[in-house]
Amino acid sequence: MSGHEGVIEFEGVGHAYGDRVVLEGIDLTLTERRVAFVGLNGSGKSTLARMINGLVLPTSGRVRVDGLDPAESGAAVRRKVGFVFTNPDSQIVMPTAGEDVAFSLRRSGLSRSERARRAAEVLAEHGLDGYADHPAHQLSGGQKQLLALCGMLVLDPDVLVCDEPTTLLDLRNKRRFVELLGRLRQRVVLVTHDLDLLDDFERVVVIDDGRVVADDEPAPAVKYYRDLVR
Amino acid sequence: MPASRSASPAADLATTVVLAAFIAVLGIFPGIYVGGSGVPIVLQNMGPLIAGAMIGARRGVASVVLLLVLVAIGLPLLSGGRGGLAPFAGPSSGFLFGWILSALVTGLIAQRALGSARPGSRFLILLLAAFAGLVADYVLGIGWLTVYLGDFRAALVGSLVFVPGDLVKVVVTALVATVVHRALPGRFAASPARTR
Amino acid sequence: MTPLGLYVPGGSLLHRLPAGAKFLGMLVLVTVTVLLGSPVALGAVCAVVALGYPLARIPWNRVWPLLRTLLLLAVVIGVLQTWLLDARSAGVTVLRLVSALGAASLFTFTTRIDDVVAAIERALGPLQRFGVRPDRIGLLVGLTLQAVTTLSGIAASVREAARARGAERSVVAFAVPFLVRTLKHADELGDALAARGEGDHR
Repeated sequence: MSGHEGVIEFEGVGHAYGDRVVLEGIDLTLTERRVAFVGLNGSGKSTLARMINGLVLPTSGRVRVDGLDPAESGAAVRRKVGFVFTNPDSQIVMPTAGEDVAFSLRRSGLSRSERARRAAEVLAEHGLDGYADHPAHQLSGGQKQLLALCGMLVLDPDVLVCDEPTTLLDLRNKRRFVELLGRLRQRVVLVTHDLDLLDDFERVVVIDDGRVVADDEPAPAVKYYRDLVR
Repeated sequence: MPASRSASPAADLATTVVLAAFIAVLGIFPGIYVGGSGVPIVLQNMGPLIAGAMIGARRGVASVVLLLVLVAIGLPLLSGGRGGLAPFAGPSSGFLFGWILSALVTGLIAQRALGSARPGSRFLILLLAAFAGLVADYVLGIGWLTVYLGDFRAALVGSLVFVPGDLVKVVVTALVATVVHRALPGRFAASPARTR
Repeated sequence: MTPLGLYVPGGSLLHRLPAGAKFLGMLVLVTVTVLLGSPVALGAVCAVVALGYPLARIPWNRVWPLLRTLLLLAVVIGVLQTWLLDARSAGVTVLRLVSALGAASLFTFTTRIDDVVAAIERALGPLQRFGVRPDRIGLLVGLTLQAVTTLSGIAASVREAARARGAERSVVAFAVPFLVRTLKHADELGDALAARGEGDHR
């Protein structure tokens, strides 16, 4: 990908729940293939990530993905943006791995058998070959998160937002998951606490108390963050 | 994880599906042994009351209907692993259909009265809501049983055995719902924006 | 879709009948029992239903629990009605009940859940022009079954926690955390469904 698809723009974005301000004055244009949001719990980084696919709408300012505003064209934006959450158990919605991936294709107009075939293909491409008929709840934590990722990748989005996808995984599965992210053609926005997974990223945005406090390459940004939390 | 927005179709769907599953799991899970009785009490018929009290009439009714449909198509989701069409054809099937009415009545009372209630009176409102839901279930259940037996008195007497246990469940429902409403406020769809 | 269920695998005539036709047949049978008033005729209907069980090769360990329930019901209702009305109407009620429940269970034993879902989707097909989406039925079944699996796991861990605190006999100590985690799961599932485009095409 050349970086022309899935450009994400935040323009004076703010968000408040009642009186509680969680984000304020965010101006960012994300054109890099690998971007990470780093920050403490409650810093607002998750809320910012959720704005990319319109799960949360800003209370001030604008968000645009490829020029589309999620507030106006939520459905169109969600077709461009895939989202992986922290807890794989709540992302797997159907009883078997194959059915779960095929769920994403329910409105594709493909026949049932074609949907099942596409699902099995995507599973096979990402290390879950032969698991299509496997009960989803019997997968390991790492496999479940892979399955959640497959449920998004089968739709071939331009952007993949991952909200702390490795928090519940062991170290090996963390590494494996991030390696896999590195190979994807998609633009990836990763929200994370795992600072040692960021080496291959092009840009790291540090968010603290609802504001961008650093925006740099991984090494200086991570150093800034470590100083911040010390 | 903070997120606030008005109830979306996806959130409605998820709530309905998960509460239907909740009622099923209350039945699948072996009963809890209370006191020294040695007889497990089956919690499943608390489910429709809890659904109404927690998520309101509309989604509560939807979750009960969904559960009953799944039972009817052959899934053993009723307590004791019962399922299929037979439970809907038997003499006590009125109590099963009554669950829909329970969720409706409990939900309507809870969502109307709870919003404006002082925190101190919430338990009483939920107690009333759950009790009314139980009565609604009995009306349908005893009505159907009367048709089956051809005698109202017999139907009434036959159902009285369950009254003490069910009254305890009404109290437990109200207790649980009061605590959980306090822990997770703003569960009714009517609330404009919820914070969690 | 699911290994869970009451279906008894088999290849008998009853298994091979289409689900929709079988369901209609069962409705007709139940209607007939309501119209018939003679114990002899109702007894014949019962016998026909009973013959369905060996025909479908339903194993004894599945028949026995059903039979036990039916016997219990028959005795309770038979005695009650004989006392309130007379032996003849008691017999009629019991025979109606046994044939209806027997036929309903036979349907459930011989019909795959996937086939019931497909039959419902087909039957609702004509309603499509009124905005009904029959394809949602299968989806709802899958979503709910997955939620049952997830919540079973949650219930088990909540129970363990209650036991660890010596509160395994308290319904409230089980129900409160179970319900809280259930509702949180509903919230997360709602977000996941929204991210996967649920509710975007209305």
